[in-house]
Amino acid sequence: MEFDWSVIEDALPALLGGARLTILITVVGLAGGLVVGFLAGLMRAYGNTILNAIAFAYIELIRGTPIVVQVMFIYFALPMLADIRVNPMTAAITAIVVNAGAYIAEIVRGSFLSVHKGLKEAGLALGLPMWKVLVYIIGPVAFRRMIPPLGNQFIVSLKDTSLFIVIGVGELTRQGQEIMAANFRAVEIWTAVAILYLIMTGTLTLILRVTERRMRML
Amino acid sequence: MSIVEFRKVTKTFGEVVVLREVDLSINAGEVVVLIGPSGSGKSTLLRCINALEEINGGDLVVDDISVLSGRSQVRVIRQEAGMVFQQFNLFPQMTALENVAFGPRRVRGLSKAEATEQAKALLQKVGLADRGHHYPSELSGGQQQRVAIARALAVKPKLMLFDEPTSALDPELRHEVLRVMQALAEEGMTMIVVTHEMAFARQVGTRLIFMEDGKISVDGDPATLLKNSENPRLREFLQHVH
Repeated sequence: MEFDWSVIEDALPALLGGARLTILITVVGLAGGLVVGFLAGLMRAYGNTILNAIAFAYIELIRGTPIVVQVMFIYFALPMLADIRVNPMTAAITAIVVNAGAYIAEIVRGSFLSVHKGLKEAGLALGLPMWKVLVYIIGPVAFRRMIPPLGNQFIVSLKDTSLFIVIGVGELTRQGQEIMAANFRAVEIWTAVAILYLIMTGTLTLILRVTERRMRML
Repeated sequence: MSIVEFRKVTKTFGEVVVLREVDLSINAGEVVVLIGPSGSGKSTLLRCINALEEINGGDLVVDDISVLSGRSQVRVIRQEAGMVFQQFNLFPQMTALENVAFGPRRVRGLSKAEATEQAKALLQKVGLADRGHHYPSELSGGQQQRVAIARALAVKPKLMLFDEPTSALDPELRHEVLRVMQALAEEGMTMIVVTHEMAFARQVGTRLIFMEDGKISVDGDPATLLKNSENPRLREFLQHVH
């Protein structure tokens, strides 16, 4: 069988459109996921029993169920349960926020707790309230330790957006699937799709590596 | 007027009783040296003063504030009582200068310029004026500990707590830290020092306290006690640390 470059050429505009949606879902979803993850992670690490239990339940619920089930639940079950109607894009972004948030929470908790407790004591001994100790002393040290595992999670979440094919979001994988269904050029289309994913994850890796190199690791 | 007053203070870790109804009164200007075998409660006693450890019984009053009077009052106590740790605990993401300027900025609310100015003077005082832009990892242990002393002094405390400040240092680096502490004592700073440095106790200390099993068993003049103590346990202990 011959590899037909013109197939890719024709499909490229649609695939790039899909890639754009993939990036949008990933970026917005991860921004939200970071907020949720920091909140839940700090609740786990420093919260009282109640806050800790809430965060623990959330994390276990999300880590214990597949992301496809989660997005199906948000898109199909929520409208029936609570009369909340969302479009596919909102459902997709929410799924990333909720899903990545749970994993990021564990990353945040782990890196904050890995900071030597002497630093916390030194901060408290100066007469600082705990929140300032977290913001100015432990946070900056913990943040540096978070970068490698966060990078991992960012890449996983980016690739997870391909699963939103099930609710009809026109992201990269969905675009590839639709073109393929029309012209049956599986080799060309899936090669192109794979390469586009590689370009996106590669860029992400590069950004993370530069960030890591610019910081003094502690 | 005492600046630190223990009234029947008890401290337990689970089942283990670390301090047993300790009574102790320390006046401003005293340089108290705390010694005792490991596990005798001397570090815990020190850490109760700035409420890094919560007491389980009795009362502990520091500069007229009880450690039991709530979080915001505890923060005031901590600003009055600077602490120096065995492991230095410098903030690794900050330079020496930033470490020292940190307290005045974030605790006392000084501007960055004022805090930095003050930090420079303090680094000068501990003999590290030329090391301000080094990170802790680029400094020797002795230098790190001197930065830590400057950091504690920057908040302008009324008394200083030292928790085995030279125990993590090589012998040849200890004297540079001890010299700074001696200078501080000569300026009239109230100091409570947990240490095994008997020469420091003799030369700088105004009072020696020997702890055993969560209680103060000997309390008196360092020179006299170190020369000949009547307490056989203290005599035995001194033979081991000399």
